Amino acid sequence: MRRRGLFSRTALVLGLVFLYVPILSMIVYSFNNSRLVTVWDAAHSPTLKWYGVLLSDGEVLDAAWLSLRVAVCAATASTILGTLAGTALARFGAFRGRSLLVGMTTAPIVMPEVISGLSLLLLFVALEQAIGWPQGMGALTITLAHISFCMAYVTVVVQSRLAGFDESLEEAAQDLGARPAKVFWRITLPLILPAVLAGWLLAFTLSWDDLVISQFVAGPGSSTLPMVIFSKVRLGVSPDVNALATLMVSVVASGVVVAAVWMRHRQKRRERDAQLAAAANL
Amino acid sequence: MPRWFSARRLVAGIPALWLTVFFLVPFLIVLKISFSEARLAIPPYAPFLTWLHGLPVPGIHLSGYAYLFTDPLYLRSYLYSVMVAAVSTLMCLLIGYPMAYAIARSSETWRNFLLMLIVLPFWTSFLLRVYAWIGLLQNDGLINEVLLRLGLIHHPIILLQTDFSLYVGIVYSYLPFMILPLYANLEKHDTALLEAAEDLGARPITAFLRVTLPQSVPGIAAGSLLVFIPVVGEYVIPTLLGRTDQIMIGRMLSDEFFDNRDWPVASGVAILILLALVVPIVLLQRVERRNLETAK
Repeated sequence: MRRRGLFSRTALVLGLVFLYVPILSMIVYSFNNSRLVTVWDAAHSPTLKWYGVLLSDGEVLDAAWLSLRVAVCAATASTILGTLAGTALARFGAFRGRSLLVGMTTAPIVMPEVISGLSLLLLFVALEQAIGWPQGMGALTITLAHISFCMAYVTVVVQSRLAGFDESLEEAAQDLGARPAKVFWRITLPLILPAVLAGWLLAFTLSWDDLVISQFVAGPGSSTLPMVIFSKVRLGVSPDVNALATLMVSVVASGVVVAAVWMRHRQKRRERDAQLAAAANL
Repeated sequence: MPRWFSARRLVAGIPALWLTVFFLVPFLIVLKISFSEARLAIPPYAPFLTWLHGLPVPGIHLSGYAYLFTDPLYLRSYLYSVMVAAVSTLMCLLIGYPMAYAIARSSETWRNFLLMLIVLPFWTSFLLRVYAWIGLLQNDGLINEVLLRLGLIHHPIILLQTDFSLYVGIVYSYLPFMILPLYANLEKHDTALLEAAEDLGARPITAFLRVTLPQSVPGIAAGSLLVFIPVVGEYVIPTLLGRTDQIMIGRMLSDEFFDNRDWPVASGVAILILLALVVPIVLLQRVERRNLETAK
């Protein structure tokens, strides 16, 4: 018994090392003075030189701003669409076209990105020929493309959250005379709110991170941050990318810590409320 | 209000309409253009319908496909991609299974923390994580440096742009996709069965092979498909870490489109990739549906 546990635990530790060494190495080398990314210049390091280089690079800043706008719009729209689709799939039972909707919401998750990107670009080209819209490729076409694959993820998250709740609360509200829209706003939405928020964050990250689909549907002059990073990296390793990676990892890590603290706080409060209620009953 | 109008129809209809326009129709366009002929025009392919004596004549050309099947370059790249996907799926399974097992058997407080550690890299940029491996694997990179210092090698060994670096990059990026469904499955197992097997004298390895492994097949299937399907068309990792003498099919598609500007051939490549993935995608939907049903 113990020996088997030892094997899988060793594998887990080694696996986690494998997952984190590359990230840690980027963080460490972002403070390295040398241009050669992997040669540690002990005399002049640690330094914030590359952060300075990064933050004075207009191309990077423009791209980051574009990526941020696209990600906020795409995440918001895909959360609305994905919540609708997830609700329909989890709550409407069997309806005509259900299996088509299931197929269309799960396929984008595994679809190779080159295919999604190519097909969306061809759609935009055909649309522009037919109805003159969208005029050229740019932020709009990137956002539209991102909404489509992000909403698939939101749908899955919302649907599985709804599958975890039975419908008794909603039925009770309906029996008490609440109209369907009111049931949704007052009962369903508060129940699935954590999933909706998680879906938004996931969609934001996917959009912010996407390279391949953006490359297909972006026009000249509309480069997202991953596109700028990719062209830098293809030309050779550049140390300011390490600085950028460190900044992004710090944002994610602090977000996770805040979320963990908040959830623990909420759980403690709930336990205290339960204790108070129990005490009041005595 | 007309009878067809209802809130329910709207809730299901709006996302369905969106996905039809931005997911289904684009595929039909790809299919259409793959049967078209390349032209030096904007857009660079022949129109689908031509008018002859006032009658529409569909122009179906197989030139794109003929090109794909006669040039061995495409077939080699296609088979190479499927092989890379299969091998990396197996590697993810061999590495991910013990990890998922260890997490599922750990105490509840540890479990959430470990899961968070698995998911966390997923929230940081995929591109940057692949880029990190360039720094580790290049000739004057960290790995060569360490091996040289330890005296294990005397000259830097070439690690970058080999099959090795390609597999490292893919396994690294897709490992969480294997671990999470495996964990979801392993966590539900009833340990009483395992204890019963051991009480009856089964050795741990026998108990694992006869009890745990058969029960975890749905998890293995879901994880393997979640890795295999996207890896076949992977573009970023092979471009940054893979061989230069043998490119994968996703890169091929992109090169045909952007460098050669041959839209029909690029669309043909997309259709062929999809054909290879139809069976795995349908299987995945079955597995997921069954997993969702048993979860209830």
